[in-house]
Amino acid sequence: MSLPPLLAALQEEIEAHARAYGLDFFRVIFEVLDYRKLNQVAAYGGFPTRYPHWRWGMDYEQLQKGYTFGLQRIYELVINNDPCYAYLLECNADVDQKIVMAHVYAHCDFFKNNVWFSRTNRKMIDEMANHATRVRRYMDRHGADTVENFIDTCLSLENLTDPHSLFIVRERPARSREEEPRPAVRRLKSKEYMRDYINPPDYIAREEKRLREDAEKRKTFPEEPSRDVLKFLIEHSPLENWQRDILSIIREEAYYFAPQAQTKIMNEGWATYWHSKIMTEKCLTDAEVVDYADHHSGTVAVHRGRLNPYKLGVELFRDIEDRWNRGRFGKEYDECENLAERTAWDRKLGLGREKIFEARRFCNDVTFIDNYLTEEFCRRHKMFVYDFNPKTGLYQITSRSFREVKQKLLFHLTNRGLPFVEVADGNHRNKGELLLRHRYEGVPLRQDYARDTLRNAQKIWQRPVNLATVVEDKPRIISFTGESFEEIEVGDQVA
Amino acid sequence: MILRIEQDHHRFKQIIRGKIKQDLRKYISRGELIGRRGKDLISIPLPQISIPHFVHGTRQAGGVGQGDGEPGTVLGAAEPEDGSGQAGDAPGRHILEVEISLDELAEMLGEELELPRIQPRGKKNIVSEKARYHGITHSGPEGLRHFRRTYKEMLKRSIANGTYRRSSPGPFIINEDKRYRTWRTTILPETTAAVIYMMDVSGSMGEEQKEIVRIESFWIDTWLRHHYRGLEIRYVIHDAEAREVDQETFYHTRESGGTVISSAYRLALEITRTDYPAGEWNVYCFHFSDGDNWSQGDTQECVRLLREDLLPGANLFCYGQVESPYGTGQFLVDLKEAFADEERVALSKIENKEAIQQSIQEFMGRGR
Repeated sequence: MSLPPLLAALQEEIEAHARAYGLDFFRVIFEVLDYRKLNQVAAYGGFPTRYPHWRWGMDYEQLQKGYTFGLQRIYELVINNDPCYAYLLECNADVDQKIVMAHVYAHCDFFKNNVWFSRTNRKMIDEMANHATRVRRYMDRHGADTVENFIDTCLSLENLTDPHSLFIVRERPARSREEEPRPAVRRLKSKEYMRDYINPPDYIAREEKRLREDAEKRKTFPEEPSRDVLKFLIEHSPLENWQRDILSIIREEAYYFAPQAQTKIMNEGWATYWHSKIMTEKCLTDAEVVDYADHHSGTVAVHRGRLNPYKLGVELFRDIEDRWNRGRFGKEYDECENLAERTAWDRKLGLGREKIFEARRFCNDVTFIDNYLTEEFCRRHKMFVYDFNPKTGLYQITSRSFREVKQKLLFHLTNRGLPFVEVADGNHRNKGELLLRHRYEGVPLRQDYARDTLRNAQKIWQRPVNLATVVEDKPRIISFTGESFEEIEVGDQVA
Repeated sequence: MILRIEQDHHRFKQIIRGKIKQDLRKYISRGELIGRRGKDLISIPLPQISIPHFVHGTRQAGGVGQGDGEPGTVLGAAEPEDGSGQAGDAPGRHILEVEISLDELAEMLGEELELPRIQPRGKKNIVSEKARYHGITHSGPEGLRHFRRTYKEMLKRSIANGTYRRSSPGPFIINEDKRYRTWRTTILPETTAAVIYMMDVSGSMGEEQKEIVRIESFWIDTWLRHHYRGLEIRYVIHDAEAREVDQETFYHTRESGGTVISSAYRLALEITRTDYPAGEWNVYCFHFSDGDNWSQGDTQECVRLLREDLLPGANLFCYGQVESPYGTGQFLVDLKEAFADEERVALSKIENKEAIQQSIQEFMGRGR
């Protein structure tokens, strides 16, 4: 469906502005939808064709309610795809549509150029449709409930992926097996003429065979702990073919969405930076100024002390631009201790624009914050760390120190704020059990969820599964045999 | 147009329904649904049905925010660990509140407790609404546009202003031409019911006993409302004498003094005689007490009133005896003796909240 003429004209205008600023994007196709259809697409994670599952229905219900009660509305939705699809809400005012279009072009530029998106499938719309077809076929063949239950099980493990693995090409030399001496069969001491009698050759042969088999069994796999638990399960669990296929569908979709979670602050910051630039410098008519200001301030508002990724992102990009324009970086600037000199520091380098384009190409949220969050920025934006205070049962501000703010922020962004859980052993205790290891970084797992997740892992592995983690500061192994849970304390070697 | 998501939405609702049904017995004895009832819908808080993942414990993780405040400034209370609240830089996920219609809830109650459908008597008096098309107006939904009338209006207008051409008469319809059907709602008779709740509020009935009465009457309401469109409810409280009150007072009054049960029955009788003649109404009487009556003589009087006056005009008379530390519980024994084989009398002993469902079964299990 083509756009109404007014919107088509706007699109042309805004696209030209975006291009003039140096943004580089895929072709963007806008579609105008009413709120029900927009909510549907949003519930499907942006894709109009998705495999059937109840959780889309759950999200849809929430979106519908939010819209009906006037609590929330989705202005814009954009898909990382080539061509890039973006959706507009039918009932929005023209000025809103303009903002959204400008916003979308910047997102699209980010998708196309940010290195973390470079491995994503740019024909994902088609791919998702294929996934849906496959899942529907399995449902026809094996029953909708069976398939749905299996999908639930898989989704429980969906975050056990390694977003970096797409970039790692490992070429391991086959490890030489001869490094450790194989234990030899013990022979009893004997005189030469008694040898065959005391150490019968067939017994020796049998023993040798047994030792060889043991050594074979003891060989652990994976050879190194792997964070791509899903891949390991796909390759090594005793699944039926349709189950394996569904698991790999879930994994593929998880990998597709991962970079969006990894670059939330940057992506939204970038889009906000550009919509405000394009609107205020080029597109805005006098009559629209107030509505624009209202919309924009809503986008970057800070509610009850919560960090807003749009706000943090756009302010950081502006800060970077300003610093590199004025040369406020590097050894000389960092070591300057004269406050007056520092405040007035301006080398007139004009490198700002170039720098932010560089950041948008190479950073994800972690490196973005790590490289560009400065103490001054932190103070100017009144950032703080809060923690749960068990004495009062309340969340309270604990610190405003730059070091702690940055550390906490990075902690929440690293691995998308999720715990690191990896496959340590697929033949644990030499009984074909699965050992997952939680890399403990000071924050324990949520226990009830951990157990339920373990239950699901067992459904896939079909042998007992174990999770090495830390509970109440003590290293423990939680096991689920398929029937019951067991929790044992272990020595330090596991933690 | 039916959206693709409707299927997934439907499936989600099915799952929710399954969950509610699973926990229905728990809801019945806890009474947490009371006060969450709107006109036709009830909102039920559900524990998460989200998919579990390996995640950090939210409390231990803390977070980063921005804004005013000193170290020590309170940002907010922590949600309970098992609700999935999360303060901080991620949007919180709330406990799921789902709405289901009271009808559906009653359906579930019926299935869970295996209650038979009620066979109503009388079919005169009360009313239900039915819509019929009866006329034409200038505005309305497009779906009801009357094409022929609209076309005629167009012709009239174009002839009047001279733009009509015989060779090509139209249709050049403008808004002023459009005509729509309208409807009128007519009233049809339907079965209806009246419920009279009576409760002993003498000194021996404590808060806990009243809580039980409140929960039980909530479920009885839900069940009866499912069967009768216009359900009228009246409340009577009594100690040594009876009076009619509103719902609020019914549940919260605490009097002291003696107990003369016959006073309540007499008042109930008066109410039914004046407002709910037996031929047109399905009358239900519920009486809750701790089973202590003033005298044996009054009990005799109660039995007489029931047998001769109340029962002939009622579908069902239910007596629920709420256990209290003070009562002797004699009244239940007396009624049992008097009405051992009376179809229209249901007796039940409610020892605690867990016994509520049992008692609902005893009351409503007769399908009357």
